[in-house]
Amino acid sequence: MQRTGAQIIWECLVHEGVRTVFGYPGGAILPAYDAMLDYPVRHVLVRHEQGAAHMADGFARASGEVGVAIATSGPGATNLVTGIATAQMDSSPIVCITGQVPGKLIGYDAFQETDISGITLPITKHNYLVTRVEDIMPTIKEAFHLAKSGRPGPVLVDITKDAQQAAMEWLWNDAPVKMRGYKAHRDAAKSELTRAVDLIRASRKPVILAGQGVIQSHAMKELRAFAEMIDAPVTVTLLGIGGFPASHPLGIGMMGMHGEAWVNHAIQEADLLLAFGMRFDDRVTGNLKTYAPHAKKIHIDIDPSEINKNVHVDAAIVADLRETLRELLDMLEPASHAPWLKYIGSMKGDTAVRDIQALPDNGHLYAAHVINDIWRLTEGKAIVVTDVGQHQMWEAQYYHHNEPRTLITSGGLGTMGFGLPAAIGAKLAKPDSEVWAVVGDGGFQMTQAELSTAAQEGLKVNVAIINNGYLGMVRQWQEFFYERRYAATPLRNPDFVKIADAHGLLGLRVDNRPGVTAIVQRARQAEGAVVIDFRVEQEDSVYPMVPAGADLDAMIRRPETSVLVDTADDPN
Amino acid sequence: MQHTLVVLVEDKPGVLNRVASLFRRRVFNIESLSVGRTADPGISRMTIVIDSDQASADRVSAYLYKLVNVLEVEDLGSVPAVARDLALVKVAVAGHDRGALLRVVDETRAHIVDTGEQTMTLEITGEPPHVDAVIARLEPLGIIEMVRSGQVAMRRGDTALSASRSQ
Repeated sequence: MQRTGAQIIWECLVHEGVRTVFGYPGGAILPAYDAMLDYPVRHVLVRHEQGAAHMADGFARASGEVGVAIATSGPGATNLVTGIATAQMDSSPIVCITGQVPGKLIGYDAFQETDISGITLPITKHNYLVTRVEDIMPTIKEAFHLAKSGRPGPVLVDITKDAQQAAMEWLWNDAPVKMRGYKAHRDAAKSELTRAVDLIRASRKPVILAGQGVIQSHAMKELRAFAEMIDAPVTVTLLGIGGFPASHPLGIGMMGMHGEAWVNHAIQEADLLLAFGMRFDDRVTGNLKTYAPHAKKIHIDIDPSEINKNVHVDAAIVADLRETLRELLDMLEPASHAPWLKYIGSMKGDTAVRDIQALPDNGHLYAAHVINDIWRLTEGKAIVVTDVGQHQMWEAQYYHHNEPRTLITSGGLGTMGFGLPAAIGAKLAKPDSEVWAVVGDGGFQMTQAELSTAAQEGLKVNVAIINNGYLGMVRQWQEFFYERRYAATPLRNPDFVKIADAHGLLGLRVDNRPGVTAIVQRARQAEGAVVIDFRVEQEDSVYPMVPAGADLDAMIRRPETSVLVDTADDPN
Repeated sequence: MQHTLVVLVEDKPGVLNRVASLFRRRVFNIESLSVGRTADPGISRMTIVIDSDQASADRVSAYLYKLVNVLEVEDLGSVPAVARDLALVKVAVAGHDRGALLRVVDETRAHIVDTGEQTMTLEITGEPPHVDAVIARLEPLGIIEMVRSGQVAMRRGDTALSASRSQ
């Protein structure tokens, strides 16, 4: 059949199973937009292309499928960049399709021309410039294959306007993608499996470090069986949250800079670390020179370049995690580490006495209370999408996730503004799930315009603004490391309730602990998106905290008798 | 320590940029890089010399493999290899004894490839240290212009590098 390049784009997307795309039209992508009307695809019109990339990312993380963002050339394409870099750092499978000026104008500084494949080269898994209509199908097929296989990641396909306009005789080609230089699947080396088994058998104090790889390889069941088999505690990275049930007796919580104190101590005292689908990021290791000094290390990851990158390991298995765990389960026998688990458990009391939740109601509202109440009222079943900052860490600490893909957050890049658009993407991926965007007052305002998108699309997303009137995490660093010199961190915010109202949405506000439950329930029951302005303690800090580059067990702890000073003036 | 990496890549637009960008982004300093065709159409061969320890060279190899257009990477640091570098050097002939220059040519297997009124152009080929040594002898005579190809290298013996990599 005769098809234009623009039609082939949509034919391919539909064949790849795409039913929702996020985008913003413009000159160089107009042929594709015109053709779109004839295809069964829901297009979500964003308010800024960064939102489209984050929505595609949120969609991908909530569903495990590839998210798609579309933009025009020039500024449309460059506006995607932050979202692409976010997806790259967190290995999220998205495909971005951008229009490019006609092939004969490339290189002549044409109107809205930009070298987007050059710009995104270091922040994509791979990218393409397509100038011929014949190349559109093979390229889009490769893009989807690359995005979702192996270690997932973002792929950008830049297509010239004339390639979209040209027509050709076209048929969908079902053949699997073959790429000479790309190897998505690897088998575990037998020698390394044997070495790993020997290390596991010899260990008395093992700790499993579970990363996002657990979720991406669908290894939740296998991880649970494995942890139970060798009787080892499981700690998770920020992106690994949900990969192991928080309520499981062997689940000990998050590791790292704002991880649980007992977890960081356990890592430093362990004699064996089993790192599953995680990359020893500086935020989880602290000072590498003193990291887990007594531990042998086993690393299982699909990406060979992660092996021995930050931490030198004793056994390295480059393979799919789920398959590897299955093989290891066949080689191992049940073990018990009761004294080790008891010892780790004994360290938890020290944290309990410092827990902000244990503090009697002093008339102030704390973020920990808000997030814990949202957890309690949603029975831990909501998909929570966060922004970046203090609220993000409190979410990780106080919302207990038992299921994968229920916490969506920008880990590696730490992208403020991610929360609201990613929540919109997650809602479209999982329309039957309750979706909460937990955001700070700073990050919310970076992509606040997407509230219009939620309203236009009639999406029910509950936006919880943890409003402390500061760029809270930066303020915390200034408090700890810059003598409380609050340079450029106080915010004079707009009235968020009125912002909601201006969008025809329900806006709510609460500033006291007893009021939270009713407000959360009202938001849950309301139709359409809701914005809640939670006025929380302004100078609260996230504890524990490992200062950047410090030893992992050198944590700043919340004072035991946590008397927090009244803050005088509300900058709001 | 110098590491010589041989990289087979698909001959597609932008591949050199992808490889060079990787070294820049991961902060590895390229001492020399040369690219050329292979006997296999559609495949180019790069010889890249970097100054790094073994652990960093291993990291670079792993990162190179992540590039979709990279087919094969060989680290010649740990195996016997033949390496060659080529230099063209334009040397002043006025103002000094022409015999001194001809002696260097005689003693070092350099070739005279061009002569002008004021200058003579030499071609020097060999192991990179040999090329360095000849250039050092030419320096006092007055080097007017110089170009070096960068190293090309190949493993010794019957083992051959081929781009067999696929799914």
